[in-house]
Amino acid sequence: MKIVDTFRYAAQAATGSPLRTLLVILSMSIGVAAVVILTALGDGARRYVINEFSSIGSNLVIVLPGRSETRGFNPANLVTSTPRDLTVDDAEALLRLPDVARISPILVATTEINAAGKLREVMLLGTNAEYVKVRQMKMGIGRFLSKVEVGHSASEVVLGAEIRREIFGEMNPLGKTVRVGDRRLRVVGVLREGGSGMGMTTDELVIVPIATAQAMLDTNTLFRILVEARSRKRINEVKTSVLKLITERHEGEEDITVITQDAVLETFDKILNVLTLGVAGIAAISLAVAGILVMNVMLVSVTQRTAEIGLLKAIGANASTIRHLFLVEASLLSLTGALVGIVLGYSGAWVLRFIYPNFPAYPPLWAVFAGFGTALISGLIFGVMPARQAAELDPIQALSKR
Amino acid sequence: MTAESLIKLIGIERTFILGDSKVHALRNIHLTIAAGEYISVMGPSGSGKSTLLNMIGLLDVPDAGTYQLDGHEIKSLSHDALASLRSETIGFIFQSFHLISRLSAAANIELPLVLAGISASERTKRVSQALKDYGLIDRAEHRPNELSGGQRQRVAIARATILRPSVLLADEPTGNLDSATGEEVVSLLEALNAHGMTLIVVTHDHALGARARRQIRMMDGGIVSDINQADVATSLAT
Ligand SMILES: Nc1ncnc2c1ncn2[C@@H]1O[C@H](COP(=O)(O)OP(=O)(O)OP(=O)(O)O)[C@@H](O)[C@H]1O
Ligand SMILES: [Mg+2]
Repeated sequence: MKIVDTFRYAAQAATGSPLRTLLVILSMSIGVAAVVILTALGDGARRYVINEFSSIGSNLVIVLPGRSETRGFNPANLVTSTPRDLTVDDAEALLRLPDVARISPILVATTEINAAGKLREVMLLGTNAEYVKVRQMKMGIGRFLSKVEVGHSASEVVLGAEIRREIFGEMNPLGKTVRVGDRRLRVVGVLREGGSGMGMTTDELVIVPIATAQAMLDTNTLFRILVEARSRKRINEVKTSVLKLITERHEGEEDITVITQDAVLETFDKILNVLTLGVAGIAAISLAVAGILVMNVMLVSVTQRTAEIGLLKAIGANASTIRHLFLVEASLLSLTGALVGIVLGYSGAWVLRFIYPNFPAYPPLWAVFAGFGTALISGLIFGVMPARQAAELDPIQALSKR
Repeated sequence: MTAESLIKLIGIERTFILGDSKVHALRNIHLTIAAGEYISVMGPSGSGKSTLLNMIGLLDVPDAGTYQLDGHEIKSLSHDALASLRSETIGFIFQSFHLISRLSAAANIELPLVLAGISASERTKRVSQALKDYGLIDRAEHRPNELSGGQRQRVAIARATILRPSVLLADEPTGNLDSATGEEVVSLLEALNAHGMTLIVVTHDHALGARARRQIRMMDGGIVSDINQADVATSLAT
């Protein structure tokens, strides 16, 4: 019997009893759809977490003053107990390193803002014009701080959305003057509402040029330096060269700590991947159940079609032909079920994304293939037994059944 | 005659075991059939007629004795070899037609060709010829349940003969038909026999059985009489 004819015969046999076929396809497709949707959820969770972390800027290397305690004992620490300060000059020096795209010095303090007759305590952030890019922040209105020569400062301020609301209400704050600490500064922009990063909201922040902040606080020290590597791959090189350069500038003393987000990110990545695999495993069980259903249905089909099998033998079919017919039928059912399931699964993931637009519920490709493959293989494996049973039927008894 | 014997059964035994009891369905059957013969097999119910037909049609194997079909010793053949020999030399016709209900008349007729792996173009040619031969052209796309009993049996005959077998085995082919349609079906079978196909018909109908040139009577698993009308005629003539 030709392969095409085997498939045609099996397909006709399947469509010959539509209800049975529908049931099998339905259960198989639900199994596959479960795999697709559950892995989309798991992988979506992973992507969501990674995205959140990346919103801080994933190419970021952060320089803090002081050694981290985990470094162990170093006799150099005994000589100078107080670490050297991180300065704006240190920050500028880092910019000359290869693979460093941008840097942002940071100074943080609390101060008061005073305008339109209102007074409020705020978090002050002194930084440079690059900060908005390094932190991938979005502006609500106006612009960010302007670029200035090192040491110079413009009398500018950028407000957080909440601060703007409390002080100006619905009024346009651009161009207005506010008092921050003892300085009078012109408002040039407002941050977009809902920004966050490094554990704090940007809505209640007041951002001023670094030189202004340093003058206000009468300090030369930086709280932190943010260094953006040119690419994610270069992060480790940047980390080493930053450490080396600052150590050189600090007369050979390693009195800073350089951290990256990669370590944290990788851990989350791993945990959430295991989670995805776990839910995929649970979904695979539903596929196995669907496979058993295929077997049941095929076994019933064999008993229902005893006379047909007997007849096929009487008109010259051998055992392997009959085995193939039933096996192909089982595979066709599973295949159709798997295809329908993938369509269902993708639609389900789409609906999820439609309801929760922030949640990237995309099914991973490996899961789609695994679901498809499992469906096919379980259909084949569970199809073998009924097929063998059909092939071994005694034709005389089969034919005598009306 | 022995030289050109198509079917040769020697000392065939077939016993069915049902629980504790043994049913001797065929006992010590000796039978030689030449190509082109027209044989009727009659006898009471349970006398082993269907078992004999199944044996000749290679659907059953003897417990003892030897069976040669078209020069092949059956015992020496594998299951697959039996299946292909069956497809080449045997055509079966049943009392209850055994058509596949989801397939059209044409598709039912085509089935042996499909199983034999014959090309689609050749199949369509042969099927349309068969539809013409058996007067089924306007019924080609009908399902079996849309056909009359006589039409169904014609479809079954077309299917049984589409591979041009040398032996046609019919187990009560008119059992489910009224006498007029039964007559029509028998004429068809006799026409096939007239063209050289060996025809063996199992029947309860005496009139029908009497039309065969050779008449075999069975009883209790054995052949009790085997009358060849040609022999009778020659013996009367002498
Ligand atoms: N598969 C089987 N298992 C057990 N016993 C069987 C089987 N097939 C036939 N028999 C028995 O063998 C005997 C002969 O049966 P067979 O079908 O050949 O009779 P028959 O002459 O065709 O009868 P009928 O005219 O009723 O069709 C019967 O007693 C029957 O019960
Ligand atoms: Mg019978």
